[in-house]
This record gives sequence, structure tokens and C-alpha cells, in this order.
Amino acid sequence: MEDMTLAALWWAVIFSGIYHGVNPGMGWPLAVSAALFERKKMAMAKALAMLAAGHFLAMVVILLPFSMMYFLIDNEREIRIGAGVLVVAMGIYLLINRRHPKILARVHPAKLGLWSFLAATAHGAGLMLVPIYLGICGLLVPSESLSGTGHAAAQALMSNNVMTAFLVAATHTFAMTFAGAAIAIFVYAWFGLKFISKSWFNLDLVWALSLIIVGAFGIYSAFGVHH
Amino acid sequence: MNKPMKPDPTFHASPKLAMEAPPENFAFTVMLGKDKDQHDGLAVIDLRSGSDTYGEIVHTVMTETTGDEFHHFGWNACSSSLSPLSGHAFLERRYLIVPGIRSSRIFIFDVKDPLKAHIHKIIEPEELFEKTGYSRPHTIHCGPEGIYVSTLGGGGPDGTDGPPGIFIMDCETFEIIGRYEMDRGAQDKHYDFWWNLPQDYMVSSEWGLPPQYENGVVAEDLLSNKYGHSIHFWDLRARKNIQTMDFGDNYQMALEIRPAHDPTKSYGFCGVVVDTTNLQGAIFTWWRDDDGVWQSKKTITIDPRPEDPENLPDLLKGFGAVPPLVTDIDLSLDDKYLYVACWGLGEMHQYDVSDPMNPVLNGKVELGGIATEHKHPNGKDVIYGPQMVEISRDGKRVYWTNSLYSSWDNQFYPHQEGGQMVMANVGEDGSFSLDPNFYIDFPENMRAHQIRLEGGDCSTDSFCYPSV
Repeated sequence: MEDMTLAALWWAVIFSGIYHGVNPGMGWPLAVSAALFERKKMAMAKALAMLAAGHFLAMVVILLPFSMMYFLIDNEREIRIGAGVLVVAMGIYLLINRRHPKILARVHPAKLGLWSFLAATAHGAGLMLVPIYLGICGLLVPSESLSGTGHAAAQALMSNNVMTAFLVAATHTFAMTFAGAAIAIFVYAWFGLKFISKSWFNLDLVWALSLIIVGAFGIYSAFGVHH
Repeated sequence: MNKPMKPDPTFHASPKLAMEAPPENFAFTVMLGKDKDQHDGLAVIDLRSGSDTYGEIVHTVMTETTGDEFHHFGWNACSSSLSPLSGHAFLERRYLIVPGIRSSRIFIFDVKDPLKAHIHKIIEPEELFEKTGYSRPHTIHCGPEGIYVSTLGGGGPDGTDGPPGIFIMDCETFEIIGRYEMDRGAQDKHYDFWWNLPQDYMVSSEWGLPPQYENGVVAEDLLSNKYGHSIHFWDLRARKNIQTMDFGDNYQMALEIRPAHDPTKSYGFCGVVVDTTNLQGAIFTWWRDDDGVWQSKKTITIDPRPEDPENLPDLLKGFGAVPPLVTDIDLSLDDKYLYVACWGLGEMHQYDVSDPMNPVLNGKVELGGIATEHKHPNGKDVIYGPQMVEISRDGKRVYWTNSLYSSWDNQFYPHQEGGQMVMANVGEDGSFSLDPNFYIDFPENMRAHQIRLEGGDCSTDSFCYPSV
């Protein structure tokens, strides 16, 4: 049973990656632009790599503090409820504040890594992964072992969680880059630029709701944690 | 605020896609009162092919105030907003920002339904002064972080307290955010500006300070070369002047900046009203060299025409010649043709600038002009000379009006009054001629200045994707 849930959570990591990848707001149109500017496909690969690096960093920066938290607070449920509330709050904030972050427009167009990091952070892309990540952490180590274990055990658990954080961020970013690259290549090689204005639709509302749903799932699943 | 689900249909990713898009259905032309006791307004002109009212003013919106003097204006959003870098891809091209260049009052017109265009918001001059220390707003472009507006004046009653510059407005609420510049370098006058967004540079130009133009051209200042003769290159997002290029003292009034539309190109043009050594008009081509340094070269000169002083306004009698007075230029979206308005001569020139370093005069239309007063092919008068010019996105139609600036109209054409808008057709082979059936006479006491075309035009839209 738990294996199935664990598999489902890893699939969620992959699907969230694809979801972020197809969202033009996470940068694939910039990869098309880079290829058109330099008139070579290598420019697209480079742009995609920079976008991926920025996105990966944005994930890690959000996930790592949560992995550390197990060291400070030994109540897993509290962490997961807190994280869920935070993600829901971000969703509600984006729902109410439909203005786009101006800071993104200040970034030099060539600094795609920085842009990608800021875009992912501003839109709460990392937060969307937190409940899924915490779910995986919870399943990897049976929570019973948390109580009554020593300092060393907690430290082992934390390093395990840190590893998981990197693995989740990497898997997610890989899926995201794969999806974004697929679209970018199709637009560059076959569909043409017209596809950008034709295919793009306003994801703001859907995105905000996604955060709320994922956050709510996080809170709900926290109550299933054994003590 | 309700946001559309799809990007605005007039957001064109590249210049090529903009050229292939459906042609304009309406033109919006600002009308300025002949003196400061008159109201100004916006005229909506029907350009729908086959319409019974084609080529007619089908709607006007007048201001309640007087003495604003409408001049240049622009859209709240253009094609560059489609770039994901912009952070606001779902803006609508819906509002026209129309500054009063004399009053510093800024009007926002909602033209979503052109036939029901109306004033959406008015920003009082005091707000502009307080938030920016600038006055006399001029050119509008939508850019990173919002709408950029250049100004001709600084603070104080005559606009000379501090240098003029650019300020930024929020592109959704139209709140004035504040000054643009972090380091203006040698820039102390202002006029036009434009940019290349992906390459992250901006170019700005210089006319003169308010006392040098508000009551007419100041002959002593002109002859002592005190008007602007430099253009400035900026690191757009760092908001820093990186290079000031002086064309030379005699190149008085460096006005319109027209960068190539294809964002992979790093060159553009600037028109100079008059060379005080010989009364020529001039166009400079500017470009970035391999070392990243900006360069420029005079690539077009237009000679003055000798004229009997008896036929000349007082200002020009001593010269015995009509200067071309290059007061506006516009570049087609394919970066092929540059149109140059010679407001004094009464000529609209069409240059083939496929090779920007070697422009070739390809066509010419004569209309109005000091002492020539060429008539329209329909037999009617067109007063003053060709001035604000706008090209359709597909490059097949060129529209223009005839007023320069109220007090300058009165100086150079002292016995004329009124306003007209005309159109010329451009053939596949580049042939350039006036359309005998297109002629708009503006209402009494109204003059006409800049034109904007529904869905974007050649002096509005910046692009983030190349035309490949």
C-alpha cells in the first residue's frame, strides 16, 4: 500500500515538472527566442540549460529549509500542516494579487538562469512541491522511529531528507525541462512563432488554484501521519 | 480586474507576423486647438475597407479643458508585451495615453470599441510635477515595468528647473511610478526615445527646453546652435546613460529615433531638422560596432530650395531659402523604407534603406509647402506641409497630417489655418503616390498631429522575436 502511495507521489513530482515546463511563464518561449536570435539550435540547448539551472535552484532553496526543519521540530504533522497552510496562503495571495511581478522585467534578457530562478520563486513553483516532498519524506522513514531516537538518528534522517530534496528537485526539473524543450523544439522547427500567441493562454487562475489544491492535500495528508 | 484568457490578437511576436496580420480598421488622430483657448480631442477615422464611411471621421472625443495641446501619444501595450520576460502577457492593447504637451495633463482614452472611445482617466499636471519633477510629457512606449513617457521640461513654471527625462507609469492602473533615470550622464534636454528590448539598449534624442519652443522657434538660439544636437545611448534595464553622441553643434534639433524593428539588428536612424551651416535637413544612421561602441554617420541630406524673400515668412526672409525642416521620420516594419517628412519644402520622401549606410531616394510626394502650396490630387488645398507620418503594418499605406506645433505653425505658415490628413499608397514595386480619394479635413479650429493605427503601427511596436 505504502509503495503505491510513494510511487504516486513520485509521479506527482514528475507531473508537476511537466506542468511547469509547458507553462510559457516558466520560460520555454525564451529558448525559442534564443535559437532564433543566434540562428542555431545550440543556442536553444544553452538557454534551456540556464532555465533548468535557475528552476532547480528555486526548488532546492524552498525544499532544503523544510528538510532541515525535521532537525528542529520533531513533530512531523506540525511541519506538514504548516507547509500546507503556507502553500495555500501563496495560492490565495496569487489569486487576489493578479498583478505580475515587475522585478522580472528588470532582469537582463541574457540572464536566463536568474530570470528562471526569480520567475519560479515569484510564482511559488517551489512551494507547489513542498507537500509532495514532505509526503515522500514521511513515507521513506517510518514516523514511529522519530520518537525516542537519539540525536544521531535524527541527523541521519535529516541527511536522508536532504538527499531526497535534491532528488525531488532534480526529477522535477528534468521533467520540466523535457516538457519545455519539446514545445520549444516544435515551435522552432515546425509550428513557427505564431504558435506562441495562439497556444498561450492565461494560466494565472489555474496556477493559483493548483497551489491551493496541493496545499490542501498537504494539510489533509498530514492528519494521516501516525504518532 | 478581469483578465483575458488569450493574448491580445494585436500582439505580434515578430515584425513579419505583424505585417501579415489583418490590416488596420481605424486610425486615431489627435486634434489640437489652434490656440490655447480651444479644446483638444481625439478623432476616430474609419479605415474598414468597403465601409460607407471609409476615410471619414466617425467619432470624436473632446476634452473639457483648454490649452492642453495634444501632440504625440501611444498605446498602453504593444507587441513586446507578449514576451514572457515582460511579466504581463495578458494586457490588452486598449488604451491610448495622450499627454497635453503644453499643460502637462495626461489623458487616458479607452478605445476598445473605437466608435465608443471615451476618456478613461485624467492625470492632473500637479501629480506629474510632484511625483517626477518633470513636465511637458511627450513620447509614449510600453516597456519593461510599465509605460515609459519622455518629457521636454523639468520643474518650475518654465520647465527649466532641473533636466527633463523619462518617467514610468503603471501599465494597468496608470499610476505614475516615478523617474526612470539612475544615471543620466550628459543628458540635459529631451525629445524622443526608443529601444531594442532583447538587446537591452535605449536611444534618446533632444529638441530644446520649453522656453526654446513654447512661443515659437527662437531664432537667436537656433543660429547660435543652442538646440539639441546629441543622442544618448542607455543601458535600458540598468537605467544608465552609457554613451552620448554629439552629431555636431550645427545639427540642430535631433528629433525622431527609429531603430530597426528586427530585434537582431543593432542600428537605426535619427532625423535632424536643420543644419545651420547650409539649411539642409539630415538623417543620421547610428549603429553599434564590433567593439560595442555606438557610431553614427550622416547618410541622407536634403537641400533647401532658394525662394524669393517676398514669399517667405519673416523668420526665413533673411535666408532667401526654404529649409526642408525634417520634422518626422518613420521606418516600415520590414526595415526597408524610411519616410522623411520635409515640413518646410512640402515633400514626403521615401528612401530605400535596405542598406542603412547607403539610403536611396525611391519616391517623393509633393504637398503643401512654404511658398509652393502644392495641391492634393483631388484639387483641394493641404495647408502647411507633410508632418506626422505613420505607416500601416503591412507597409502598403502611408498616412500623414500637417501640423507641427501650434506656435511653430503660426511662424512658418503665418496665413494658414486648419488641419488635414492624407494617405499615400505603396505598390509592391515600392511605387509611392497619393491616394486621390483619401482626404480628411478636420473640423474648424482643429489642427491634426500624430496618428495611431488600430492594432499597432510602425512607430509603436517593439518586438522580442526576429523575423525569420
